Amino acid sequence: MRIYVCVKQVPDTSGKVAVNPDGTLNRASMATIINPDDLSAMEQALRIKDATGCQVTAVTMGPPPAEGMLRELIAMGADDAVLISAREFGGSDTFATSQIIAAGISKLGISKEDIIFCGRQAIDGDTAQVGPQIAEKLDVPQVTYAADIKKDGDKLTVKRMLEDGYMTIEVQTPCLITCIKDRDLKPRYMTLGGIMECYAKPMTVLDYNALKDEPLIEPDTIGLKGSPTNIFKSFTPPQKGQGVMLSGTDKEMVEDLTGRLKNKHLI
Amino acid sequence: MGFNSADISAFKDIWVFCEQREGVMMNTTLELISEGRKLADERGAKLVGLLLGDNVEGLARDLGGYGADKVIVCDHPLLKNYTTDAYAKVVCDTVMAEKPEVVLLGASNIGRDLAPRCAARLHTGLCADCTHLDIDVPKYQQFLREASTLDVDGQKWDLEDRNLKMTRPAFGGHLMATIICPRFRPAMATVRPGVMKKAPFDQAKADACEVVKAPVSLDDGDLKAKVLEIVKETKKQVDLIGAEIVVSVGRGISKDVEGGIKLARELADALGNAVVGGSRAVIDSGWLPPDHQVGQTGKTVHPKIYFALGISGAIQHKAGMQDSELIVAVNKDERAPMFDIADYGLVGDLFKIVPLMIEAVKQAKAE
Repeated sequence: MRIYVCVKQVPDTSGKVAVNPDGTLNRASMATIINPDDLSAMEQALRIKDATGCQVTAVTMGPPPAEGMLRELIAMGADDAVLISAREFGGSDTFATSQIIAAGISKLGISKEDIIFCGRQAIDGDTAQVGPQIAEKLDVPQVTYAADIKKDGDKLTVKRMLEDGYMTIEVQTPCLITCIKDRDLKPRYMTLGGIMECYAKPMTVLDYNALKDEPLIEPDTIGLKGSPTNIFKSFTPPQKGQGVMLSGTDKEMVEDLTGRLKNKHLI
Repeated sequence: MGFNSADISAFKDIWVFCEQREGVMMNTTLELISEGRKLADERGAKLVGLLLGDNVEGLARDLGGYGADKVIVCDHPLLKNYTTDAYAKVVCDTVMAEKPEVVLLGASNIGRDLAPRCAARLHTGLCADCTHLDIDVPKYQQFLREASTLDVDGQKWDLEDRNLKMTRPAFGGHLMATIICPRFRPAMATVRPGVMKKAPFDQAKADACEVVKAPVSLDDGDLKAKVLEIVKETKKQVDLIGAEIVVSVGRGISKDVEGGIKLARELADALGNAVVGGSRAVIDSGWLPPDHQVGQTGKTVHPKIYFALGISGAIQHKAGMQDSELIVAVNKDERAPMFDIADYGLVGDLFKIVPLMIEAVKQAKAE
């Protein structure tokens, strides 16, 4: 039994963000992190590994430096890692990305009890699309927004969150689960032993040549050319600029504010 | 089966996936029908609702009252509760048979599960969590004049372009992007709940709405996942969307998280009819539960007053609150972007200012 955990290296958008003059994100100036929801997915996988001793494989698509992230995941407890990386894959939207990752997983093979874990969504795109789209390309069932997962043979019982509660879903393996952050699901730290060994564990690189014979890979289904969606415009909103900055001591500002709110009959 | 998503001239009509849960129509559906009406008028197309469920035909006609010309009902016992397998199959089968040009879904936990699965199967493009939609170029240009710093009139435009222009915050909410799906149909979008305005209900239009039943081909073998139970959390959800006043906290409370949240609650209590919200940083750090989150990944609110306490104001957050009627910002950094959209800005330490506010509001209320 093998668990694939799909992860993405993302710019840390929680801090200061630099924007280029042409309105694109200045990624080079930003630190990269492992997408937070993907760490929840890794923790879920490692908990199943703790209980069953199964193999956990971290999978990412990205530029060659993403190998560093994969080594960190091995140090956390993954057994091996797969880096899907090629110039031909660049510019892919969610559709094309899922096509390529599904081809990679397909090449490595999926058996009856295998599971694919993803994070619910990545903080740079917030689309939550790649997971379900990989599931569709691999023709396996999906459960999204998973908070808790129990495995019993070739069945999983998943607590799937809704806005106002949750569903309990029973799903057959092989399947794909997207994981959310949860209070009871703190990702574990890398272990010292894990860090010592992480460069000794296997790392498979799948480039264009390795995947080009997979049925999912066609010139018109990958990369920029194979992406159904394109960016038409990107822009920043104008400043509103009609606001009033209140002045004086804290007390004077607060009195000024409450006076104005009162005049508008808002309080 | 003769379906080719690249044969774009074969597609027509604007569709809205009408999400109901346990026989109750989701509010987002009504917002989408109202917005879809405008797009259908721009395109000179029909607006069609696609309604899936078990015994849900009775919900169909009311959708006409918000703007649907026609509702396609797919009724089947296996559609009673949402499952990805059953819903994706029926939606895709119906789309392949009828070939709509646009399919809109609410960006709910269910819409965001269903839409990508369908888009992948149909081989078409999907844009997630849209906050603005246009078809007509002049209308889109007007939107950009108001909502962007782009030199709209200095650019070349194809006025005949009839692609759906799907706008959403991008790159973690630091930029806005408009996405198109020029080579495939239907163009698919999920739309954020609470963003589009619901039209007033019109009984005459509801009476005139055409309701048709579509064939459903579904059996147990199609479902690889089963719903064992659905549990509603007894915990009362925070009604951020319906609140008249929202008091939100951000990273600025980090030096005393409990104290900062307590101050926000006290201010909300003093104001009355107010609820406490939080920025993504606050929710991601576990300082407030996720149902308190305002922003692109949280809820979109337009209260009478929005208090932004210690929130710097990334586009991600602004996307969820910039249409508030009045915005009050408190931040110790005078360059915080929140001040750019605030009606009243107070530069200072929220831990000193908010207690004074609580007192002043109490006093004002007592007078």
